[in-house]
Order: sequence, then structure tokens, then C-alpha cells
Amino acid sequence: MRIGTIDKLDKFRAKCERQFKAQKKKIIVCLGPGCLASGSDKILDEFKSVLKKKKIKGITVETVKKTGCHGFCACGPLVVIEPEGIFYAKVKKIHVKDIIEKTLLKGEIIEKLLYTDPHKKSKKYTDYRSIPFYKYQTRISLRNLGLIDPDEITDYIAAGGYAALAKALTKMKPQKIINEVSKSGLRGRGGGGFSTGRKWATCAKVDDEPRFVICNGDEGDPGAFMDRCIMEGDPHSILEGMIICAFAVGSHDGYIYVREEYPLAVVNLQRAIEAARELGLLGENILGTGFSYDIKIIRGAGAFVCGESSALMKSVAGEIGEPRAKYIRSVVKGVYDKPTVLNNVETFATVPVIIEKGSKWFASIGTEKSAGTKAFSLAGKVRNTGLIEVPMGMTLRDIIYKIGGGIEEDRQFKAVQTGGPSGGCLPEGKIDLPVDFDTLTKAGSMMGSGGMIVMDERTCMVELARYFLDFLVSESCGKCVPCREGLHQLLILCTKITRGKASENDLDLMEKLSKVIQVGSLCGLGQSGPNPFMSTVQYFRDEYLSHITDCKCPGRSCRALITYTINDKCNGCVACISVCPEKAITGEKKKLHVIDQDKCSQCGSCEVVCKYDAIDIT
Amino acid sequence: MLNMQINGKMVKAVEGEYILNTIRREGIDIPVLCDHKALEPCGACRLCMVEISKPEWDGWTRHVTSCLYPAEEGLIINTHTPQVTEIRRTILDLYLARCPNSDVIQKMAGEYGIQKTSFETIPDGDNCIMCYACTRACEVLGKSAISAVQRGPDKAIAPPFDKEPPDCIGCLSCAHVCPTNVIEWNESNGTRTIWNKKFEMISCAKCGKTTTTREFAEYIIEKRDIPKEYFDICDDCKRTELAQKMGRLVDGAKEVAI
Repeated sequence: MRIGTIDKLDKFRAKCERQFKAQKKKIIVCLGPGCLASGSDKILDEFKSVLKKKKIKGITVETVKKTGCHGFCACGPLVVIEPEGIFYAKVKKIHVKDIIEKTLLKGEIIEKLLYTDPHKKSKKYTDYRSIPFYKYQTRISLRNLGLIDPDEITDYIAAGGYAALAKALTKMKPQKIINEVSKSGLRGRGGGGFSTGRKWATCAKVDDEPRFVICNGDEGDPGAFMDRCIMEGDPHSILEGMIICAFAVGSHDGYIYVREEYPLAVVNLQRAIEAARELGLLGENILGTGFSYDIKIIRGAGAFVCGESSALMKSVAGEIGEPRAKYIRSVVKGVYDKPTVLNNVETFATVPVIIEKGSKWFASIGTEKSAGTKAFSLAGKVRNTGLIEVPMGMTLRDIIYKIGGGIEEDRQFKAVQTGGPSGGCLPEGKIDLPVDFDTLTKAGSMMGSGGMIVMDERTCMVELARYFLDFLVSESCGKCVPCREGLHQLLILCTKITRGKASENDLDLMEKLSKVIQVGSLCGLGQSGPNPFMSTVQYFRDEYLSHITDCKCPGRSCRALITYTINDKCNGCVACISVCPEKAITGEKKKLHVIDQDKCSQCGSCEVVCKYDAIDIT
Repeated sequence: MLNMQINGKMVKAVEGEYILNTIRREGIDIPVLCDHKALEPCGACRLCMVEISKPEWDGWTRHVTSCLYPAEEGLIINTHTPQVTEIRRTILDLYLARCPNSDVIQKMAGEYGIQKTSFETIPDGDNCIMCYACTRACEVLGKSAISAVQRGPDKAIAPPFDKEPPDCIGCLSCAHVCPTNVIEWNESNGTRTIWNKKFEMISCAKCGKTTTTREFAEYIIEKRDIPKEYFDICDDCKRTELAQKMGRLVDGAKEVAI
């Protein structure tokens, strides 16, 4: 079926809404990456197969609904029962029958599957909207995740999808759209933070054709999965944003560049593209307005540097994904040397809402210079890891403690890394900083694409820097010398520190080298490459010095600098003896055990298995 | 014509040229490794970095590679500020750690006061500085028989799958543009070997001297639409032949004049 006019779209939407609302009872199973990894697809199948066999009034196989990521990955697999919003966490296949028989048939709540507040152990939440993890969020780019089935375009339309496109195509001139996006204050969510409206305006003005609109779905930061969840869970929101942009800048062709590691995103996007084409929302003569724009998916082979705009465009064109010096910007000379707008997934997903609700509404959220909301993937040592979206300007403390539920096992907060591997680590003293583009940059970190990794007192900051340097060294494209050789030398020096073999001169050399890499590198990867080191040495210099001068690792994690011993709490249970891979622990049952230091490889297995707190690390 | 300022001196620049060109025309010496007059610049070696500014930038400056930055009206360029020198010195220091045995690098580093690298020498480092001159030359020729492979410090120039490159025509362009002479090749008994691929040489029909590879001759004849017999005779013999012809013409002219 093709929708040939705007009126027909409105009628079609009314039908979709009726259908969507008619299904009052819903069993919503999260098929986001986190839940999927713990088998939520099996739970979905189980629901369907049980309901197929069992006849229940008003509840059918269609009652079971799959959606994209609900965000609360720490509690997955998640099942939500609507309309009550009953939230079941850590659901297993064996719980399915119980949920159907107790909750759906009798309206009973299954206590053991409810989410429990980690601070007030007795407090359980029934409705997910009251759980702090959800309560403090504002969802714009993630608005449909957990609510609609990504495979059903009717769901997206029922949720108000493609209304912004209809408005843009019929009631707005391209310049008006650009003005609206500019006035909204939307800044690139991929990390650059460049004004989206200005980017579009520049592209529209370039006197060259064809123009391209590309979506960057190459999200490569370790621990970041915002874009993945949107691509998998709400692909139409990206398409809609891209079509609006294409209309505004006068483009007729576009690409979505998806990294190879996201196969489900490719499948769901492809389905969405085909469904949109079939309805006449994409392709030739969109909604009968005469405007044409089509999208192809390009799969990136999984090189971190291909998220960098100029490398991405090379890769789209089938060349080696190496960046070029951007003295001529890609909005002027982008893919195939033609004017190109490149925005990331989250940016495009936000655009329809801005067009629909207006720039004033969007600008009223967030801070003066960073309008709107930002999605983060909260990871590391917080209790509530997962995908979140908050208004810009929320403090790190609120994100970590209110939404994140605080540090695991009530340990001490040490630092939070924002902005992925090339971002930086902020210490406790900075925890009350509001999260926005400029504040984070000023503090020596950055917004980046929105990765947020929380560290507790047991994290060694030198080892952390070494880890991220190692990542960046292997992901550097190797085209320019400061990045290829410089980061490599920085890693060698950092490794030396973690082994207790460095001098203070090495630290000076590292700082000197870092500055040259920052100024001298060709692209953003190299320019921000020394950040893991620079930010940790800025805030945790003592820790570096204790590795160098005392050969001690305060985080007790650098293997070469720590010693495992057994204290008198040991009651001789032999658990450690049985796991020690080096056979370094000796002792008899019910007698104090001893570790032979010459054999010990500091692997930590003994500490993991000891139930009596008898292993000391010094 | 554009007006710019280099190291405090007003200079003219041609619209569309890169500032490295202007800097050189002024006789200012700045080190470069990846730049070659026959190839498009690529900005890999970073040695030609300079500091630029504009009056309206309010004292704000930025560092750019002069080989890629287009000349602009009113640009203020400084080629030897302490920071620029520091960048070059560190880069040469890094090069020296990777290619300690390269004469070219040793000499350049020496000019910046570095005798020994401050960094750890990379054990398997060869003299390849990854300037891409070879791959760019091969690309310009229309062959792209070799390319950059791998990432990060493992980046190297290689034929596909490290096998004999199927597209290589043995023309030696790569070896000739290499600034550190790291691409090995040899010729003996009518064969040329490069990238482990053996090529049969063609020889001059007159003097018997080997000229070039059969693959190269065929490729150029086809590509440039030149006569098939072009490579039958070597350049030297062609020159001799031409000289004799000219001589005969001159003699003939003399006779007519008398």
C-alpha cells in the first residue's frame, strides 16, 4: 500500500492508533542487546507458545510484544505488563507460566520478580514509572524504546511517527526547517557538539550537487550502546530525521553507516527502510509531494576510526577508512567530494520531535548552551547499568546516584569516565558538575558520544589509562606519525609505570609527548588520543607517583606491584588451593594456608573464592 | 593574487595553491618527508606543520600542515615558532625510534639536535616511514598494486595478501619516489624483481640493452595510445638515430645552399 497524500497518512495514523490502543493488555518483552544476551528471545517464544496452547479471554499471542531496549540492562531480561506498567526484572523462561497464570489471569503481583530498591532493601516497586532509574529521566531520542515494536511501522506511526515529516514537507519551506533546528540549539550528539542547524545551513548553501545526507551509526566507544539501541529499537525515527534533513538541504540520496558488529541494527534498519518505501514515505515522490530521497545501508567493517567523519566518508566510497585533513569541511566536500551532512543516530532521532513540538519547546529543556537531552550508556561499577536519557545540565552525582543507584557494594566513588576512550576521567571533586558539552570539555573530559563508565576505589587509574591507550593504539589508522608512533610510545611508557619500572623523567616525557600528539595529529582520534593519560595524570598524579617512586599500586590492580598473602582469618577451607592455577598455595584442611610468592602470578583467583576475607592484597 | 604574511614578511600567493608552495618560493626551508612534486599531498608526515593566524582571529592561532592548507587572503604564517619546532623535533624523535638505521631520518633529526631517540626503539622497525609516496605514485599510474595494510603501529605497505602483486607492472615508480630508499628491487640477466615478483625485461633491438618490463611497455602503449614499436628501441638509440637524421638534414641543407 502506498500513501499518496498527507490526508491519507492522517487517516492511516488514526487506524494505527485505534489498533494500538485496542490492545489494552500487553506483555512487553525487551529485546534490547542486554536482555537479548541473557535470552529474552527465548522468553518471548515461551510466552507465545504457552498462549498458543492456552485459551484466555482477551489475551492472545498478539498480546505479547517485543520492543527495543528498555534501558535498565542491569535488571534484564525485562518483562513489562501494560497498561499497569508492572515491571518484572531478571525474568527467566521458567517464570513465564507464573506470569501468565498469576499476573494476567488473577491480577496478582509476583513479588520476587519485582525490582527492589538497593538502599531500602524492603522497598519494592510495581510500576516501572516510579522506579528512580526511570523517574529522573527525560526521553526524547529514546522516546519509543520499550514501547513499540521496531518491526512494525504501524506502531511507529501510531506513536506519532512521520507526522513531523508530513509537517516539514507541506507546511514548512527548507529554510524554515533549518531555522527551526538552529533555533532549537540542537548540537551534534555524536560528540562534536557542533550546531546541527548551522551544519545544515552551510550544506544547503553550497553551490554543488548532488548533496548527501548520511547517518553515522559507527558507534565504536567501548561501553557505549545508545546508537545501537535506537537503530535496533526505533529505526524509523532515524529515517524520519534523515528525510527531513534531506528535504531541508536538498539531498536525494543518503546512507546509514552501521558498524559490522551490529547485525541486528542492519536487519531492523533494512526492514524499516523497506516498510517506509512501501508506504511511500521514502523513495520516489514521498507522500505525493514530489520530493524524493532514498537511503542505503553501508556496513562498516568495524574500525574505530571510521566513526571519524572524513574516514567514514572514504569508507562509504569503498576506499580505505583513513581520515583526511579537514581544511575544507565535509559539508562542502564530503562523500565523493560532494556537499554532505553527516549526523549521528541520536541527532537524527531527535529531529522529528523538534519539528513537531517546535524549537522553543526543545530549547527550554537542558541548559542555555546545551539544549535538550542526552542519552548515555551508564556502565562500570554503578548498580543500575543501562541506557538512560537525561536533560543536559543534570549533575554527574544525580546521574550516578539517583539514576545509577550508587556504587556497587557501597564502595567509594573514585572517578567517572565520560566520552569514551578519548574522553577523560573526572574525580570525585568534579561530581557536582552539570553534564553538558562545554562544562565537560573545560574539566578536561568531553561529552563524546555518551559513554559513561563509573569507577570505584579499586580501579587503578594508571592501568585504566593504559587500557584505553592500548585500545587507541590498535585502533589508530596509522596514517599520521604523532598518532601512530606517538600513542604507541605513550603506551610503552604507561606500561612501564604499571610495572614499576618508570622514572619521573618518563612521566615528564609522556606529558611533553601528549601535547605534541594533541596538536600534531591529523584527525580527532589522535588529537584526543592522549586524553586518557592527560586527564588521569591531572587528577590522580599521586597515583602515578606512587607507582613510580614507591612501586605501589593504590588501586591494588597492577599485577607487578602487588602481593597476595593469607591472614589469620583463614580457616583452612582449601578453596583457594583448589583454584590457584600456579599451585602456589599450600596448607592442610583447617590449618592456615600459605602463598609461595615466587610461584604466585597475582591472578586474584584466591581472593575471588575466599569467603572469609583472608586474602590480603598489598 | 592573494596577500599573505610569512614570518613577518608580506608575500603574494596564487589562488588555489597550498601554503607550503608559497613558503618554499620564499626560500624558507622546512622539513618534509611525504611531499613529492609529482603527487597530491597527503599530510602523513606532519613535519611541514606551521602556525597560522588571521588579524580577525584576535591572536588565536592554530597549527596546520602547510602541504594541505590552501592559501588564503590575509593569512599570517609562522614557520619556526618554538612550538612548531618542538612538534617537528618530537616527530623526528619518534621517527628515529621507528627507523634508527635510516640515513635520511638520522640526518634530519641531527639538524634538530637529536642524536639518539628519547623513546624506546621499536625492535622490528624498518626504514619505511609510511609516507604513502609509493602507494600514491602507484595510484597515479592507475595501478594501485600496493597499498597500506593493517592499523596503528602495525601499519605497513604491502601487496595484496603479501603475495606477488597481480597488478604490479614492475615500473619502479614506488621505489624511485621512496624518500628512505626502503623498497628493494634488483635487475639481472634480463629480469627485474620487485615486491617478490619477477618481470621479463625487453631489450633494445639495436644495442641489446635492457630497457623496461614487458608489462610496463604493454600497459603504457595501451593507456597512452602510442605506437606499438615505441619500446622496440631504447632511448639512447632513439637519440642517436635522431641525431643522425638531423645531421643528414643539415648536410642536405648545406648542399642546397651551395
